[in-house]
Amino acid sequence: MGLLDVFRKRKPASAAQAKERLMILVAQERAQRGGPDYLPVLQRELLEVIRKYVNVDNDDVQVRLDKDGDQEVLELNVVLPAGGEE
Amino acid sequence: MAEIIVVTSGKGGVGKTTTSANLAMGLAERGKRVAVIDFDVGLRNLDLVMGCERRVVYDFVNVIQGECSLRQALIKDKRNDSLFILAASQTRDKDALTSDGVQRVLEELKADFDFVICDSPAGIERGAHLAMYFADRAVVVVNPEVSSVRDSDRVLGLLASKSQRAEAGEDNVIEHLLVTRYSPERVAGGDMMSVADVEEILGLPVLGVIPESEMVLQSSNSGVPVILDQQAPAGQAYADAVARLLGEDRPMRFLEARRKGLFKRLLGS
Repeated sequence: MGLLDVFRKRKPASAAQAKERLMILVAQERAQRGGPDYLPVLQRELLEVIRKYVNVDNDDVQVRLDKDGDQEVLELNVVLPAGGEE
Repeated sequence: MAEIIVVTSGKGGVGKTTTSANLAMGLAERGKRVAVIDFDVGLRNLDLVMGCERRVVYDFVNVIQGECSLRQALIKDKRNDSLFILAASQTRDKDALTSDGVQRVLEELKADFDFVICDSPAGIERGAHLAMYFADRAVVVVNPEVSSVRDSDRVLGLLASKSQRAEAGEDNVIEHLLVTRYSPERVAGGDMMSVADVEEILGLPVLGVIPESEMVLQSSNSGVPVILDQQAPAGQAYADAVARLLGEDRPMRFLEARRKGLFKRLLGS
């Protein structure tokens, strides 16, 4: 950094942002990759059903398939909005 | 028995063809017998980058369809006797490449060569799939930039699940990352992800780092792979990558920004 930089407004380094976003995205995509192709569709349909009753965002419904030995566990995680029933 | 190496990336324009040309030339310069195949059916370009575009008579699809022999279609490089190029077809028929046909050609090449380099088209469609399907080893070309890194990860996933080795339950395809268009100055300035960042995101060590350089453009302009220029940093970086492919230990070069003079540093420009 040069002396004159003291007087300049420095933007946050964008490379750090890129890395952070990619770490999250890659982890997410890898988690989905091993799973069956129906998982994203299942997630979408579940979201539609849940939306009939509660107002939730896309990110609030997570469907995961975990392997535990020879057992597969389908995990459904729904974050309900704060405030309960409307 | 030859080793089949696919050069792939998912994203287009990251330097697959340049890398294929340079790895092929580099391996040939090290005394290996090398065949390099352009899998980009409809968008032939490897011939141009290698400087043999006017000598293409028969192509990959002609061989597959039995219209000529493999020997007739292989173009011998004018600079190196042990390097041969198989050009892509300019047909618009996307189904011209068949899995059986590709396998037959690769088997025939394996008997004669030490290395067969498959230059994959961009994307993850048929051509890209066939280029990687029979590979023993993969060089995934990546730019330190968000979309390229993401696509590379997608391709690494495909290599692990959709290759012949994966389907047959054999040892995995050996995967390498090759970072191209690297600008140490921009990394130092915080606007480009570093090699370490890319390695951490994708969870793989890099085989080589090719610095961004106008010499790469000049070398494709003239059809002479940059690895033949021993003065060019990009050429030296490719030569290092070739050495590492052959199992040699070479320290990474060209990762540091060139030091600026005192005056420039004071001005901070």
